[in-house]
Amino acid sequence: MLSLLTATALAVARLDQLFAAVMLFGIYSLLSAALFVVMDAVDVAFTEAAVGAGIAIILMLGALALTSHKQHPVPRSRHWMALSVVVITGAALIYGTLDMPLYADPNAPAHLHVVPRYLQQSMQEIGIPNVVTSVLASYRGYDTLGETVVIFTAAVGVIGRLGIVPEGKVGPKTGGMEHHLILRITAKLMLPVILVFALYVQFHGDFGPGGGFQAGVIFASAFILYGLVFGMESVTTVAPPVVVRSLAAIGVLIYAGVGVVSLLMGSNFLDYNLLGHEPTHGQHLGIFLVEFGVGVTVAASMISLFYAYASYQREK
Amino acid sequence: MQVFGLYNYWVVIILMMIGLYVVIASGNLIKKIVGLNIFQTSVFILYISIGKLDGGTAPILVEGVTSYSNPLPHVLILTAIVVGVATTALGLALAVRIHGAYGSIEEDEIQEQDNAS
Repeated sequence: MLSLLTATALAVARLDQLFAAVMLFGIYSLLSAALFVVMDAVDVAFTEAAVGAGIAIILMLGALALTSHKQHPVPRSRHWMALSVVVITGAALIYGTLDMPLYADPNAPAHLHVVPRYLQQSMQEIGIPNVVTSVLASYRGYDTLGETVVIFTAAVGVIGRLGIVPEGKVGPKTGGMEHHLILRITAKLMLPVILVFALYVQFHGDFGPGGGFQAGVIFASAFILYGLVFGMESVTTVAPPVVVRSLAAIGVLIYAGVGVVSLLMGSNFLDYNLLGHEPTHGQHLGIFLVEFGVGVTVAASMISLFYAYASYQREK
Repeated sequence: MQVFGLYNYWVVIILMMIGLYVVIASGNLIKKIVGLNIFQTSVFILYISIGKLDGGTAPILVEGVTSYSNPLPHVLILTAIVVGVATTALGLALAVRIHGAYGSIEEDEIQEQDNAS
């Protein structure tokens, strides 16, 4: 698996055809998602498969369509310079790994601090089986709030660079592949399944792998598929850009709002213990709301990223 | 065993260096972003490798299982992936705008135009 990954990465590095490089990068992402499953990181694999192999590729292809498909060949001198820098850095890093604990060593320092508490006490303190979710939304709620804000900010940045989709001005020529029978039927069959699956991932994240980040991305990918197959006009009727943009902000507000409510109820910011009759009940409610906020922001940000790329008019 | 135990880290470093090579050597802005993404994924793999535990399973508490993988790196990377795609999108947007302004996304051509003006 690791060798496959390396081979794909090498191919990406060598290709001059950007289109092929981007497609190969999708395969690389999917391979790394499989690798994450092997290493027991199911939540991560989920996210990587949806993001890396799905949305990232769409965005890259969108950018390619707006620019050019082929890169200029790399000059020789530059090639050797880069190669020598890379070899020296790599050798130094490999020398550094000699002091690392062995792979999967149970006594590695990373496993000895904080983590035993998460694994042994989160059942009493939080009361949900998926430790990843409890760490994400409760123990490290601040971090996750910050990351949600980063996603929101990036979406705002892209909209700022590429401009807002003009209301009712989406031309009929933008995208649309309705005339492909197979694509149309398959998309119609897949869409409800994707949406239901996204909701399942969202609300089942406490018990199995899943949560707001994954669900948001999967939800967004359904809309992107719809937009790609049926054209921008149909997708903007279903999800108007204004609504999507405000939803991105509302998600962040839900998250931060939960924190403020817990402050008002007399505990720390984002400490959900007082939200319910008993601590674990409060934690359940808090995590549910927070994950919902994350899901809304992520989905809305991803959809508005897609809108921004799809409707950007190339300057003549 | 000693050698095999570090194999994962070495592959990570190789991937990282491939990414770095693309960033340095390639003059095309979009190719550079792809390189950055390869680099980024290698960091993800590094973190998840650190979290792996011999005999552990996925960190979802089930009765009768005592050994789980480390959930902390999973949390960090899971959010990092989504943040990564958002920042990638921002980078691509900048590249698109640069193409709009210069008509090219090749570093040397952009430099030439800057020098000419």
